[in-house]
Amino acid sequence: MRMRLPLALLVMSLCSLSLGAQAPSPATLEAPYTQFTLANGLTVILHRDASVPIVSVNIWYHVGSANERLGRTGLAHLFEHLMFEGSAHVADGAFDTLLEAAGASSNGSTDTDRTNYFIDLPANALELALFLESDRMAYLLETMSPERVNGQREVVKNERRQSYENRPYGMASIELDRMLWPQGHPYSWPTIGSMEDLTAASYDDIVAFFKTYYAPNNASLVIAGDIDIARTRALVEKWFGEASRGPVAPPPVAPPAVLTEIKRKTLTDQVQLPRLYLGWLTARAYAPGDAALGVAASILAEGKNSRLYTRLVYEMQMAQDVTAVQQGAALGGSFLIVATVKPGYTIEQIQKVVDEELDRLRREPPDRRELQRVLNQVEASFYRGMERVGGFGGKADQLNAYYFAGGGPDFHAEDLARYMSLSPADIQAAVLRWLPPDRRVELIVEPVTAPTTRQ
Amino acid sequence: MDEHLRALRGSILALVALGGMAFAQERPDRSRPPVLTSPAPLKLPAIDKRTLANGLAVWVVESHEVPIVQLSLIVRAGGGNDPTGKFGAASLTAAMLDEGAGTRSALAIADDVELLGATLTTASSYDASAIRLNVPIERLDGALPLLADVALRPAFPEKEIERLRQERLTALLQARDDPSSIAGMAFARIVFGPEHRYGTGLIGTETSLKALSSGDLRAFHASYYQPPNATLLVVGDTTADDVVPRLEKYFGEWRPAGALGRDSVVSIAPQLRERQVYVVDKPDAAQSQLRIGWVGVPRSAPDYFPLIVMNTVLGGAFTSRLNQNLREEHGYAYGASSAFDMRLSAGPFVAAAGVQTDKTAEAVGEFFSELNGIRAPIEADELDKAKNYIALGFPAEFETTTDLSRRLEELVVYRLSDDYFERYVPSVLAVTAKAAQGVAEQHVQPSRFAVVVVGDRKTIEPGVRALKLGPVRVMTVEEALAP
Repeated sequence: MRMRLPLALLVMSLCSLSLGAQAPSPATLEAPYTQFTLANGLTVILHRDASVPIVSVNIWYHVGSANERLGRTGLAHLFEHLMFEGSAHVADGAFDTLLEAAGASSNGSTDTDRTNYFIDLPANALELALFLESDRMAYLLETMSPERVNGQREVVKNERRQSYENRPYGMASIELDRMLWPQGHPYSWPTIGSMEDLTAASYDDIVAFFKTYYAPNNASLVIAGDIDIARTRALVEKWFGEASRGPVAPPPVAPPAVLTEIKRKTLTDQVQLPRLYLGWLTARAYAPGDAALGVAASILAEGKNSRLYTRLVYEMQMAQDVTAVQQGAALGGSFLIVATVKPGYTIEQIQKVVDEELDRLRREPPDRRELQRVLNQVEASFYRGMERVGGFGGKADQLNAYYFAGGGPDFHAEDLARYMSLSPADIQAAVLRWLPPDRRVELIVEPVTAPTTRQ
Repeated sequence: MDEHLRALRGSILALVALGGMAFAQERPDRSRPPVLTSPAPLKLPAIDKRTLANGLAVWVVESHEVPIVQLSLIVRAGGGNDPTGKFGAASLTAAMLDEGAGTRSALAIADDVELLGATLTTASSYDASAIRLNVPIERLDGALPLLADVALRPAFPEKEIERLRQERLTALLQARDDPSSIAGMAFARIVFGPEHRYGTGLIGTETSLKALSSGDLRAFHASYYQPPNATLLVVGDTTADDVVPRLEKYFGEWRPAGALGRDSVVSIAPQLRERQVYVVDKPDAAQSQLRIGWVGVPRSAPDYFPLIVMNTVLGGAFTSRLNQNLREEHGYAYGASSAFDMRLSAGPFVAAAGVQTDKTAEAVGEFFSELNGIRAPIEADELDKAKNYIALGFPAEFETTTDLSRRLEELVVYRLSDDYFERYVPSVLAVTAKAAQGVAEQHVQPSRFAVVVVGDRKTIEPGVRALKLGPVRVMTVEEALAP
């Protein structure tokens, strides 16, 4: 399994001036934690939340597809699959069988920068998760085999077919990354990898990958939920202490990435309606501009009153949908605007409106109420994010995300401040700085045959 | 409670090897999985049931972890109540609720919701319609008049109906792009037919969508959105004593606009008689989307618990037989699963996967091997694993206000008894191998299943025919989705 999402887009603001309601108590946005490092270099973060008798064991290995090289793309994600196939003391298939028998759910995902795994289970079964998670950290290769690699190679190829080749517009995101990032930049290839590289990945590649990146000193472990801190610390030391420290993992290498012109391309696909993709290279996650661009994306395309939605979808009804997103990642960011053209209209008509609205944001700041609407939404979504302990994007995963980003695990208040401090002028400045009209990618997906027209 | 705890502990001990080592040793014993202590008892949420002056039932569940409250107005009428020839009426009615209500325009409602930091959704299933509002508790007073307008005073403006109609027609057009959507729609049509409500998706067909008028939507709202036919669920950082008087102010005056419409009258569809294969051509598709099954069971099935346990063994979890076979053993698919979609009437039973084009026939063969295999007795270990997976995972389904609220909706819509959650875990653990086999024999009869394959006909047809499963009918996408 894999997913590719921007790092923590959970954002918030405590302001709520237009409504005059008092701000919710910030205390509920804190996640007190205990952090320590084992002798082998494993960083451990413990957080107690006893609201439900469940616990989440969440581990991040600090490796993603950005650590790959051309010719071996998709290796990090293929490796993620192999982590579920057993280790020295866990027979083939037993990892999932033991967990399901304990009422657990587990999954993993790979993006450009990291690979994460979670096991959510009833609190009484914590030690089972620690046994399984530590065994695959310390003893994965003992029972690894070429057959095991081959088996998951086929599964991953089918994942790629299902998520890209056989999905409408599925190849667009792969093409978009190839156009946005310079050749050789680690974000220029898809995390899922190319079919050729998935075929080429060898057993030896897998062994080398594990030895290079899957050491305790290249990982961080968060345990959150209904736990006793002291006892859990003792259990972590017991189970993870025997994993051997590895070499310092080499960081990904990224050449400078800038767009100097408009890059255009048209793909064809078996779809009914044309779709327009506009892309820019923007700020890294948590860097100046990242938060302002996230808000700009919402002002443009989040909700019925957002500028592009109102004009394209609600009033003119030229587009079936429109989305905008700032994707801040570790080595760089990108900003996308995507719109699907309704029967009877053209890409050019849509693009003209998008450019008018971008120009308007470049010329004048959004009004205060417009900004407030977005900030109130992100504030509330942040509270909702504090409710769930496990899974992707739950509290355990968020603590690991903040730790990995370098700000400390309980970065909630600081993250909040990035958004709280934004003024309308900041939004305008970010659009002016990062979304120029003459340095961007314009990708169009056209139907193989002319769309059915209805109007 | 005691009984269910003993049962849980017994099952766990049966699964892990006996005689584990003590906890407090220095080096871990990896020779066997750790011995687990017994799980904490499930603390069921207390439902404080109140009634407003007009008879509207209000259920309040406190949850004070986060300063948020979820209000869900559940109306017991959905797509199953669509009038003949008006498929999509319930769905469009629900979708129109926040497109103008009281004196508020569609854009004003969206603006109000966003400024409140709230989320508001309005939607229908086949069985019910729901208006769900999630809002920071300190802004509840600002949200209640909005919720009341949307639920009680929708305006159904012609211009907005037309906009949503066009969006839905375009969505139906776009469904032809996606092999997975095509497979799901074609399967429903084949199993239930064009006349039965479950043979058509919730939003209806191109023909029925074009036929819906504002009068139809007003009539649906007037007939079904009535206090005796609704329940208001409140979950979150509040108490019944605090919230009920505030609800009384906005919902207490709500009166029926006319006679209450008929309850869902979806008939049990006639069961399939013999196996038939449908190949829907999607030229050059990289995978084939498979849907295999027939008419399943209603939510009121007396064998509910044996059915969910049996299906968990077959295709309801990662280690289920279908996924192990298709994904882990053969690598034909990214995943394979099965499900009983239980509604007020009998929804479909369907086994599904996307499989690589050049292994389509092999994959269909493996599906039938597992579908036939589930009719044989299930080994104790495998049955226990499935039972524990469901029973021990149950508390996690009550974690957030939204989770809790969704579970309560189930009680309302299917009129389940007050002790349903208390009985849930013991009922799962009580399922015997004999009961599981019994429901498999009755409800999984592969010799009578419909088999829908959406893929590259020229590559897959010969292999699928060679399986000799039954008559093979080749269709275009247009034919498969015909109104």
